[in-house]
Amino acid sequence: MSRELTFKILRYDPQDKENVRAYFEEFKIQEAPSMTIYIALTQIRESQDAGLSFDFVCRAGICGSCAMMINGRPKLACRTLTRDLPKEIILLPLPTFNLIKDLSVNTGVWMDEMSKRVESWVHSSHEVDIANIEMPIEPEVADAVFELDRCIECGCCVAGCGTKLIKEDFVGAVGLNRIARFECDPHDERTIEDYYELVGDDNGIFGCMTLLGCEDTCPKHLPLQTKIAYMRRKLATVKGS
Amino acid sequence: MKIKYCDALVIGGGLAGLRSAVAAAQKGLSTTVLSLVPVKRSHSAAAQGGMQASLGNAKMSEGDNEDVHFSDTVKGSDWGCDQEVARMFVTTAPKAIRELAAWGVPWSRIKKGNHEAVINTKKTNIFEEDDKHGLINSRDFGGTKKWRTCYTSDATGHTMLFAVANESLKLNVNIEDRKEAIGLIHHNNKCYGAIVRDLITGDIVAYVSKGTLIATGGYGRIYEITTNAVICEGIGTAIALETGIAKLGNMEAVQFHPTPLFPSGILLTEGCRGDGGVLRDVDGHRFMPDYEPEKKDLASRDVVSRRMMEHMRKGKGIDSVYGTHLWLDISILGREHIEKNLRDVQEICESFAGIDPADEGQKGWAPVHPMQHYSMGGIRTKPTGESQTLQGLFSCGEAACWDMHGFNRLGGNSVSETVVAGMIVGNYFADYCINTQIDIQTDVIEKFVHEKEAYMKNLVSKNSGDDVFKIKNRMKKIMQDYVGIFRDGEGLEKAVKELEELYIKSKNVAVRNKQLTANPELEEAYRVPMMLKVALCVAKGALDRTESRGAHTREDYPKRDDANWLKRTLTSWKEGDTMPTVEYEPLDIMKMEIPPGFRGYGAKGNLIENPISAIRQNEVDEMVEKMELEGKDRYEIQDKLMPFPLQDEYKRKNIRLGDL
Ligand SMILES: Cc1cc2nc3c(=O)[nH]c(=O)nc-3n(C[C@H](O)[C@H](O)[C@H](O)COP(=O)(O)OP(=O)(O)OC[C@H]3O[C@@H](n4cnc5c(N)ncnc54)[C@H](O)[C@@H]3O)c2cc1C
Ligand code: SF4
Ligand code: SF4
Ligand code: FES
Repeated sequence: MSRELTFKILRYDPQDKENVRAYFEEFKIQEAPSMTIYIALTQIRESQDAGLSFDFVCRAGICGSCAMMINGRPKLACRTLTRDLPKEIILLPLPTFNLIKDLSVNTGVWMDEMSKRVESWVHSSHEVDIANIEMPIEPEVADAVFELDRCIECGCCVAGCGTKLIKEDFVGAVGLNRIARFECDPHDERTIEDYYELVGDDNGIFGCMTLLGCEDTCPKHLPLQTKIAYMRRKLATVKGS
Repeated sequence: MKIKYCDALVIGGGLAGLRSAVAAAQKGLSTTVLSLVPVKRSHSAAAQGGMQASLGNAKMSEGDNEDVHFSDTVKGSDWGCDQEVARMFVTTAPKAIRELAAWGVPWSRIKKGNHEAVINTKKTNIFEEDDKHGLINSRDFGGTKKWRTCYTSDATGHTMLFAVANESLKLNVNIEDRKEAIGLIHHNNKCYGAIVRDLITGDIVAYVSKGTLIATGGYGRIYEITTNAVICEGIGTAIALETGIAKLGNMEAVQFHPTPLFPSGILLTEGCRGDGGVLRDVDGHRFMPDYEPEKKDLASRDVVSRRMMEHMRKGKGIDSVYGTHLWLDISILGREHIEKNLRDVQEICESFAGIDPADEGQKGWAPVHPMQHYSMGGIRTKPTGESQTLQGLFSCGEAACWDMHGFNRLGGNSVSETVVAGMIVGNYFADYCINTQIDIQTDVIEKFVHEKEAYMKNLVSKNSGDDVFKIKNRMKKIMQDYVGIFRDGEGLEKAVKELEELYIKSKNVAVRNKQLTANPELEEAYRVPMMLKVALCVAKGALDRTESRGAHTREDYPKRDDANWLKRTLTSWKEGDTMPTVEYEPLDIMKMEIPPGFRGYGAKGNLIENPISAIRQNEVDEMVEKMELEGKDRYEIQDKLMPFPLQDEYKRKNIRLGDL
């Protein structure tokens, strides 16, 4: 016999000027083999409430759209199997991001701002001739950059971060990881001083309280803690700090 | 009424749209990109396996160049492609990948010395010389003569997309997400931008621009089971169709991928087989060599998908509660290789099927079944990327039928196309925007806006009518059952008839949730009729094409028919009609660099030849022989055989190790 699952979902529509109340709504569905939260929510929308808002794109754990609070923890909903959860499943939108409606939050605008703030692109002064052979890179170095480039901007680390809750403008582990990513990319000519300019303050690397919330929740298992510690040591050596 | 102006409007923020936006921004144009979702979440992020470019760096890539890539692409297309465009593409691809490297894509690099690879299930030693150390590596993919697919582990699309998106941010491209284009503004056969709905506030705004480029990706979601992201619904394609002026090309050419995970439809990259993984049947037997002794598991996608279906029809599949499937075995590659190069594959298998593919023996085999994967068809364009019939409308990437894929796309050629077309088409597009003025009256714009506003209000006002989810699911089922891997006249007739009925019905849906703001049901209500139009173009094109070519397989017409069908299908939609108008555009054999011939798979006689092929082949052979005697090099010969247009910057020779 399959279980009957109860979903308690936070409903709130900031656009709806008449109903300005947030409330929990319950939906019951039968569990199916290898059911994910994505499958369950899609089923609820099609058969019970067509107005329920939530975000999925790849439904394969690759794009980072579907992060939400699942029984109290930030997780990718498409990759969360219901069989790993109790019968009662509580879903809330990710905190700290602007709410669009129900489980849907506006991570895109936040992430683009973060990217601009840490200048998340290669800074290089020389012209590259794209018809010519590329610059050789040590295979281990390319792999190391790739390890940090795997962040999918899902926002789990931001939602799980105590500092971010206190400091509105905290750049988050996602931003600090981006700095670490470019710091180890040989294409980028920025110096430690340059990075200090970007995140050498309390809203950046020195704001982090090393509580590990980020690394614990990162679905890509990025080594956030090690990298933040490494960058902090490097930036702390910059004069005038 | 709100109007926003910009020089260059790009609809779609995947790899193709963003790379085009970079091209426009580099030329100083004010550039806006619209996307349904944050651009870094676009479907391009899901590409795992890699990007084809003939760098010729690695041992197994030695001797690779534009000519080999070109020949693979043309054969792969089953001679359905535009060979001039394929030439533009292969010439630019190495430049595209080198540009991306400079933008920080951490391409996997070659390590000098010995290393082990699994080739044809055997461990083989490959030695890389010192001078290759640190250059971009490549892996094997289906249908290619050389190992040409460059990769970043199995997250290639992700790393490419982030690099291109970041480059757009750097150039201050105005990126607006959660904005959906729901119609094009056009007047006197010229396009002036789009009508856009804000998916949060529901506002309808006119985005007016000098030029408009559609890069909205594929239309896989018209099928029930697909590897495509949930946003790949073909709305960008539909808004072009709805102008009644722009045309779609080869919509019946739909690719099915051999190895999505069963039943969830999450893709296990072709890199699995490229790296040495194999398909197995109910007896654990590796069956592909029985069917395709030469290419085996790495025959091109259409071929492998069909062979799998054939093998299951023979009763060799594995039965499960969800239906029949086959196994993909990558355990033979070894845990170390999987944990380094196929990590996402491993994660997907663990999360969605509860298996670890690195476990030895049957325990680690993944259930797979061919599923809809890629849309070769799309908005028909000239080689510049501009619509042949609607001035100022450009398109590139999966949304377009620029037509370098013909009737079957090779793995790794798609993300490659997105960035290459983003460079080439993006530049032509930018030039167009520089040389054009917005000469449209605001009352014309107003008419388009008001029409859409009224349409939305009307949709939420109806209290009784059909359920839009039911219509959508029925459409998907019809496409799945009758317009799938194997097609025949009877099934297709049925499909077309029922889709037409559904289309008529879809105009009478009732929306239960009455909000005009963020409202997923309302979105379905206006998208589903558009999706049905796209589906009808696919089904009708497939019904009329009485031959088998590439991914389009008619069981009642098993031969490729070059005598009658060497032509591109064009579909358009007249306002008020319930069925597309179908026309054809012939392919000119006498202009081809490689005239149609045997593709190298299956039975040799499975072809109705066109007598002109032999004439052209003779001509080509004579020309080549003469020029070789005169000591001409491959570039000069190629130029004589089939000159093609391309910006000077991109036409330059690609330098490879051997050239130094
Ligand atoms: C699982 C999977 C794996 C793949 N792996 C590979 C691979 O290894 N190698 C390879 O070459 N190819 C691969 N492909 C194919 C390749 O990923 C795609 O063809 C390619 O990424 C398409 O890119 P695009 O820029 O054309 O469109 P997309 O990346 O699909 O982007 C479309 C954009 O348009 C936007 N959009 C859509 N409609 C609208 C609208 N109406 N208004 C506004 N915006 C809109 C979307 O928000 C999105 O930003 C794979 C495909 C799949 C399904
Ligand atoms: S370690 Fe720093 S960034 Fe990570 S959760 Fe804690 S405070 Fe936030
Ligand atoms: S670092 Fe991890 S948790 Fe944070 S946004 Fe990136 S992938 Fe998500
Ligand atoms: S939907 Fe893409 S990560 Fe969940």
